[in-house]
Amino acid sequence: MIALQIPLDDKDIRDLHLGDSVSLSGVLITARDVVHKWMIETFIRQTREPQGDDQQVYDIIQPVLNGGAIYHCGPVVAGLDTTEYRFVAAGPTTSIREEPYQAEVMHHFNLKAVIGKGGMGETTLAACREVPGVYLHAIGGAASLIAQSVRSVQAVYKLDFGVPEAIWVIEVRDFPAVVTMDAHGNSLHADVAAHSKMVLEKLIGAD
Amino acid sequence: MRDLSDAFVELIRLTSTDLSPDVVKALIAAREREAEGSAARDAMDSILHNIALARENSTPICQDTGTPIFYVQYPPGWSTLALREQIRAATTLATTRAYLRPNAVDAISGVNSGTNLGDEAFPTIHFEEVDDETLTVDLMLKGGGCENVGMQHSLPNTALGAGRDLEGVRKAALDAVNNAQGKGCSPGILGIAIGGDRGSSYAASKKVLLRKMDDSNSIEELNQLEERLTSEANQLGIGPMGFGGETTILGVKLRGLHRLPASYFVSVTYMCWAYRRRRMIVHGDEVIYE
Repeated sequence: MIALQIPLDDKDIRDLHLGDSVSLSGVLITARDVVHKWMIETFIRQTREPQGDDQQVYDIIQPVLNGGAIYHCGPVVAGLDTTEYRFVAAGPTTSIREEPYQAEVMHHFNLKAVIGKGGMGETTLAACREVPGVYLHAIGGAASLIAQSVRSVQAVYKLDFGVPEAIWVIEVRDFPAVVTMDAHGNSLHADVAAHSKMVLEKLIGAD
Repeated sequence: MRDLSDAFVELIRLTSTDLSPDVVKALIAAREREAEGSAARDAMDSILHNIALARENSTPICQDTGTPIFYVQYPPGWSTLALREQIRAATTLATTRAYLRPNAVDAISGVNSGTNLGDEAFPTIHFEEVDDETLTVDLMLKGGGCENVGMQHSLPNTALGAGRDLEGVRKAALDAVNNAQGKGCSPGILGIAIGGDRGSSYAASKKVLLRKMDDSNSIEELNQLEERLTSEANQLGIGPMGFGGETTILGVKLRGLHRLPASYFVSVTYMCWAYRRRRMIVHGDEVIYE
């Protein structure tokens, strides 16, 4: 098990390889479909003007993401009525939906780690090499277990996106994950898919 | 008619936080098949640890508490209007108690209702009147990650060499598993309907997942296909979470539907390992949960 502390530097990232088990600590944010789209449109491709608290939220999350991590997660949160928030279930969501956005977000913020499930595609893999960064696979569905590594909820932004889609700033300790895409151009997902495709062709006798 | 709102809240709590014993048994067996020290084995250990924690703390097994799908079989004389209101009230209450995540998003405006109540299909409620004195309610919580990797093939499919027969169904189903990779939170369970129209076929492919993990199909040729598909899907080597490994699929449940001469659909619903479905039986004053 390799202990990682946010902020992460280039050496931390380049020392990681496919299959490494890591245990991550520090402050990170949750961001999924709506937030990625919002980041891209408002601040990266700038196809829409910042509105409301957009700029203020950007200024707050930008330093958290520099050398930091994004977690693809839409949590179940207790304390919504009292604002004494507590994560009760917080497993990863499927990452591939962020494939159209992830590489640009990594470059823009100097984002070092993307945590999710199911893996991502070639564009993100290229960004992992360039930034450099890694994709960390958490155990899908292990939501009560992972919630235990969330020590505190520091803040929430964009709650109007809905509880699952909001930006939750959380402090994690010993968050467990596996490196499935590294900064050296390797993807476990590509390897497994190539193997299963070969077996499938044998099983169905396709051309 | 009695108010069953509290009983429905308990059904939701149980379904979200306490995985059925038949599923847990299959997951334990899957863990044993993975090599010691492998990422697949570690993933299965985390899954089993999580199941125990969720049960102990009454917290959701998975944060995606899914689309709540209720299957209600009611005796003559019961009001489906009243039952619907009670189910909707219970869904909201279960959300405030954090057994469910607020999951109902307006597709046009993008606004999350915050209560898990949306249009008439959210939560989904299927009513069926039965000639019985017992009210039986099955609840399935169907997560979005695995729902997204479901697939419907219209046979024949030239690329797969899949014709309009069970051999074609086999090819279509294996193609669906390969496409899903680990994205549906493997090891999963496949519900497959053959025939019907596009809508009825997908609906039946979900409902067939109410069967028990270790039962067998009463139709022998479907039973054989279920076993063969499970074995062949596992040869793909996708494994838990797509990490590579021995168990990609825990089981397959098949059923046929009448179809038009022109149509031959194979609808595959992929259910993640967090295969959450529970039953509530109301008989007189007694409420039993299975």
